[in-house]
Amino acid sequence: MNGVHDLGGTHGHGPINPEPDEPVFHADWEKRVFGMFFATFAAGMLNVDEFRYAIERMPQQDYLRTSYYEHWLHVFETLLAEKGIVTHEELRARCDQLAKEAA
Amino acid sequence: MADTGHGADAALRIKALESLLVEKQLIDPKALDAVVELYEHKIGPRNGAKVVARAWVDPDYRKRLLADGTAAIAELGFSGVQGEDMIVVENTPEVHNMVVCTLCSCYPWPTLGLPPVWYKAAPYRARSVIDPRGVLAEFGVEVPETVEVRVWDSNAELRYLVLPMRPAGTEGMTEEQLAALVTRDSMIGTGVPMAA
Repeated sequence: MNGVHDLGGTHGHGPINPEPDEPVFHADWEKRVFGMFFATFAAGMLNVDEFRYAIERMPQQDYLRTSYYEHWLHVFETLLAEKGIVTHEELRARCDQLAKEAA
Repeated sequence: MADTGHGADAALRIKALESLLVEKQLIDPKALDAVVELYEHKIGPRNGAKVVARAWVDPDYRKRLLADGTAAIAELGFSGVQGEDMIVVENTPEVHNMVVCTLCSCYPWPTLGLPPVWYKAAPYRARSVIDPRGVLAEFGVEVPETVEVRVWDSNAELRYLVLPMRPAGTEGMTEEQLAALVTRDSMIGTGVPMAA
């Protein structure tokens, strides 16, 4: 698949900008996304190849606009919906509910 | 790259997903905590530094490491997820190696921990394979024109670790002191070890 993920040799991405003394995670939500990989894998909900392919299937503009752990989050939402484990409707409703509680 | 632009939205989405999976009794949040703790505090580039230092002081180990990276690294207790098939490439006065994953962000977790943002982001992945010397210069690494630069593109199964050259003037140092000179970037190939 020659999608946007196949970045080798493409131009126009700007400077690399390494961050000095970079922390392992930049926010708490990244930790939960990272841990979710092991949790869903251990529960047999996905495997590594499905995981990678779900990233490769991302719409190009979303792939380039979002960060690494947002790609992962997209994977969980996509695969769990495709497998009927958590639907997009359930997720949307829970997001709305949590946002209301936090407001 | 938008690293944090959608942070608030992402925080809400992962919270929603986790709460639904916990309610359905499909995942255990404590197991998730344990994994985060492990990769945040226990597994990191100090592991790889021990491998490098051992190779610098023990010629037989160095030989085993270059012949079968996976087995030799496992001798020091480092193996597992994202390190199942390891190839170690050695820097010499003639060759400088560097590692990238153009398709994804494949990285040897047991020896280096989780990759930094720049390794996973588009600029490094795109440019390493067409302008490696330019990329190295951005990291402050000047490789003379007489030295060949080899770029290794990782894949879903294979992970690379660079064995950097031992710095000059370190003859009297212990293995532990040597390990302290080995930086993460020197094992990716975008850096060199610290001077003694």
